[in-house]
Parts: sequence; structure tokens; C-alpha cells
Amino acid sequence: MENAQRQNPAFYALLAALVVMSAGPILLMIATSLKLNVDIMDDAGSLLFTPTLRNYETVLCNVLWYAPEHVGYCDKTFGRALGNSLVISLTATAITLVIGCMAAYALVRFRFRGRGAVSLTTLMMRMVPPAVLLVPVFGIWTFQFGLDGTHAGIVLVYVAMNLPFVIWILQSFIVQVPIQLEESARIDGAGPMQVFFLIVLPIIKPGLAAAAIFTFRIAWNEFLLANALSNRNTRTVPVTIVNSLTEYDIDWGVIMATGTLLAIPPIIFTFVASRQIITGMTAGAVKG
Amino acid sequence: MSIARTNRLTPYLFLAPAGIVLLVALLYPIGYMIYASFLDWNPSQRIGEADWIGLRNYTNLVGDEAFRESFLVTLKFAAVVVGLEMVLGVGLALLLDRKIRGMSALRTIFILPMMIAPIVVGMMWRYMYHPTVGILNRTLGDVGLEPVPWLSSSEWALTSVIIADVWQWTPFIFILALAALQSLPRSALEAARIDGATAWQQIWHIKLPLMMPVLIVTGLLRLIDAFKVLEVILVMTNGGPGLSTEILALRISRTASEFRELGEAAAMSNVLLILLLVLTVLMFAYGKVAEARADRLRASAAEGAV
Repeated sequence: MENAQRQNPAFYALLAALVVMSAGPILLMIATSLKLNVDIMDDAGSLLFTPTLRNYETVLCNVLWYAPEHVGYCDKTFGRALGNSLVISLTATAITLVIGCMAAYALVRFRFRGRGAVSLTTLMMRMVPPAVLLVPVFGIWTFQFGLDGTHAGIVLVYVAMNLPFVIWILQSFIVQVPIQLEESARIDGAGPMQVFFLIVLPIIKPGLAAAAIFTFRIAWNEFLLANALSNRNTRTVPVTIVNSLTEYDIDWGVIMATGTLLAIPPIIFTFVASRQIITGMTAGAVKG
Repeated sequence: MSIARTNRLTPYLFLAPAGIVLLVALLYPIGYMIYASFLDWNPSQRIGEADWIGLRNYTNLVGDEAFRESFLVTLKFAAVVVGLEMVLGVGLALLLDRKIRGMSALRTIFILPMMIAPIVVGMMWRYMYHPTVGILNRTLGDVGLEPVPWLSSSEWALTSVIIADVWQWTPFIFILALAALQSLPRSALEAARIDGATAWQQIWHIKLPLMMPVLIVTGLLRLIDAFKVLEVILVMTNGGPGLSTEILALRISRTASEFRELGEAAAMSNVLLILLLVLTVLMFAYGKVAEARADRLRASAAEGAV
């Protein structure tokens, strides 16, 4: 059993088919983003084409250091949206991790009044869908907080949306930190904050990585609330993609390039940290 | 486990930042929404100016054919999607639970569809379903078959949307089922093999019953997520043709932004939230029961192995 068994060929055929099915649509998107519209419309040569970066030049025209000659009018929407997306997702991820971590630590390591209730509420809030938050968040952010159209407004929703999950998954990592380590640090005179930042945080790095990826991914990919809360200047990439998909004449090459750019960070994370992602997924579900 | 000599306030200090954010940006909005569901409110008004109309938003929903239709579509979508994904995902996990070189590379590729933006997934599938440039109809044409009106006919649209979701989320079930399978007690499987159980018998009488708690929780988790799906469908069909793919989340968003009926949208949100609440409670309750049962099963299986 320890050595790899010899499998029959049908088994490998199945594996190959699964890989093609899983990765195929993504590869098709990337391939299309490298095609000229002439090639996209021409059905004969769907695999034979000369790759070109023109669509990317069109999308990124205002952030490039040169002016691509085929771009007559430079639409600055995407470059701006990319900046917004980066600022919003990175800030949301950082805030969620720091305060989520502290809350998870308190829930695991301290006994206090109301702990059970806090823990249960956190769990329950995991199920709230963005669509449900749409109406109240729109109303409150616009009329009470005055946060509509600002980065801060979108960041605040994303932090709130991601906190329950992050707290939940980090709890399962903090439980595994040997308590003796923390106790001996306390005996040496460290305060609770020092124990937390110097002892606990370094040990739960894999958990933090998983939580960071999940939070970033949700903030980076989210559309509905970003659409309701942003204005022309604070739009994120998903919002611009949906806007250009509702146009009558869809420029598939350009839109596939935009989609590919949006998909690149999550794809990189997946290849770099697939183990952490899988750990996060199993910890998040199995212990639910 | 608690650490001695902590100030009584320390835990609250650690909890405060997260607690404040959750209160201000999650619990308060939910309370606000419940309140709004009793109002006749449109987006140009402050909430204080809206009229209190009691339960009328809810009674309107009962009589609203479009809402009923969208409720049914949501149930159909969620049930079919979760059913298919469970069967495919668990089936694949049972098939692929062997020592294969490159399994981790394989899992990496399988996670990709879940990691990229739902907006992008919708866009990719809309492109593949495209009547003329889409790869699916081109392939059908190449082998001499009639093109399929994937997204443009109300008979096909829901199926097409379901296919895209199955593509995106079957790997989730697969990975969790595989993890469950690989953490099964070796002794029980070993014992069954020695007793001469066939592969089928092992699956039916040992593997599946032992995996059941994880599978049920996974299925419910997936079901909750299936009720939240919005962006993929928004991009592919925007609920159409007609109302054939108008799931509840989409209906809420349209009622709020297109029909400008915030009160009614809030009432719908409440219905969705209650549905999800029930599912979540069910998931936790079942998870607890099943875990206890599996522990007993595992113990007796281990005893049998001795």
C-alpha cells in the first residue's frame, strides 16, 4: 500500500478529463484575452492564432509607461478601478486579520461572561449573504454614516462580512498553541498583549495565511456591495467588468483581458498556498 | 485552560475592536433591515420619512407571483446544484482516494474555479455559452449537431446556470470528502478487508457511514452558499429570460435598485435570512448528533478490529 499502486489507463484518462474540465474555461479566458477580435469571431482558427498583448494595452492604457499606438481613446476606468480594488482589499484584509485574531484569541483563551453568546453570534453571522446587507447598508452608509462613495465605507462592510469566518477559523489554530508557552511567558513577566503578539501570532502563521487569503479573495472579488456603495471614482474592478458586460456591443478580447487581470492574484495565491487554502476550507467546514 | 492573573477587563479589550465593527456594520444593519421591512420606503427618502405600513410588505410578497416564482427558482437551483455536487464530489473522492503522484497538484487545479471572482466565472461561461462565438455551440456545429440556446431560452437557462455552478463548486465537496475519507480510522477499513468485504461493501457499510457527519455538514454548508449565489447568475442571464433564472438574491437586488422598493426588498431579505438561519441551526444540530454517533461507530469498529 505504501508504494503508488499501478492504476489502469482508464483511471488516468479520468484524471486528465477532470483537469481539462477544471482548468479549460480558465485557459480559454486567458487564450481569448490574447486574441484580436478578428480571431475571436473567426471560428476556423480557434486554436491557431498569434498571441497579442493589445487587449491588455487597451485595458491598462493609463497606467502604462508608453502610449500604445492602437489605442485611439484611452479609457481610464480600469486603471483607476485597479487602484481602488487594491487599496480596498488590502486595507480590509489587514484590519480583519488584526482585530479578528484578537477576538479569536479572547474566545479561546479567556473565560468570561457572555463568551458563549459571543461565540454563537459570530458563528451565526457567517451565513448572512451580501444581498441581505444591500438595503440596510445602502441606507445606513448613505444617510447616517455619510460613507457612500468612499473607500472607508466599502472597507467597513468587507471587514464586517469577513470577521465571523476569520474569527472562526483562527480559533481552531489558536486552540493548538501549547498553553505552556504562553504561561511561561507570563511567568517571565509578559503582559497579555505581549504574549499575544510575540508568542501566539508567530505560531499561528499558517492560520493567518489561510485567513488572509480568504479575506482578500472575498474583498477582491465582491461586486454587489461595492456596486451599491461606490461612485465613479471609487469603483472596483468587478463593478467595471459588470458595467462593460451590459454594453450592447461587448468587446470580448478586452473584457477577457480585464477578467484575467482580476483573476491573476487569486490564481497566484492558489499556486503558492494551496495547502493553506485547503486547510482553511476543511477547518472552516468540518468543525462547523 | 484560562490563564491565571488576568485582569477581568482583558478579554473584553481583545474583543472590543471586532465586537464594535460587527455591531456597527453587521448587527445594526440587520436590525435596520427588519425595521425597514415594515416601511414603505424608496431610496430618495431618509428612513425616518418613510411610512409605517405594518406587515403589508410581507402580505404583498405572498400574493406576488414574481416573488413566488423566484422563490421556487431559488429552491430548485439550490436543491439540484447541491444534489449534483454531492454525488459528483463524493463519487470522485471515493474514486481518487489512492496514492497518486501529483495529487496535490491536482487539488491545486481543482481549487482554481472557487478562487476566481464569481463575476469572472459568470463572464467565462457567458462567453462559452455565446450563440455564435461560444466554444460549446461551435463544437456542436463541428460535429453536425443543432446549436443549443443555452442562455437565451427559458427552458435551457436554468440548466446552463446550474452547469456553471456545478463546475465551480464540485471541487469543494470533492476536497472535503477526500479529507474526510483520508482521516477514517485505518483499523476499521483494514478489518473489513480482512473479513473479505468487496470494494462496494466497504464503501456502503463503512466508508459512507463514517463520513456521513462531515458529508451532511458539508452539504448544508454548500446549500447555505447556494442560496447566496448572485453574481454568476447576474452576469450570465441577469435573471432572464423572463424570470427563469431570477433567484431570490437577484430579486432582492432588483427590487431595491430597479423598482426602488426598499421596504419590499427588506422583507424579501428577511425571508431569505430566516431560511438561512433555519439551515444553519439544522447544520449545527445535526453536526453534533452525527459526531456522537460516528464516535460510537468508530469505537465499535475499532473494537471489532481488535
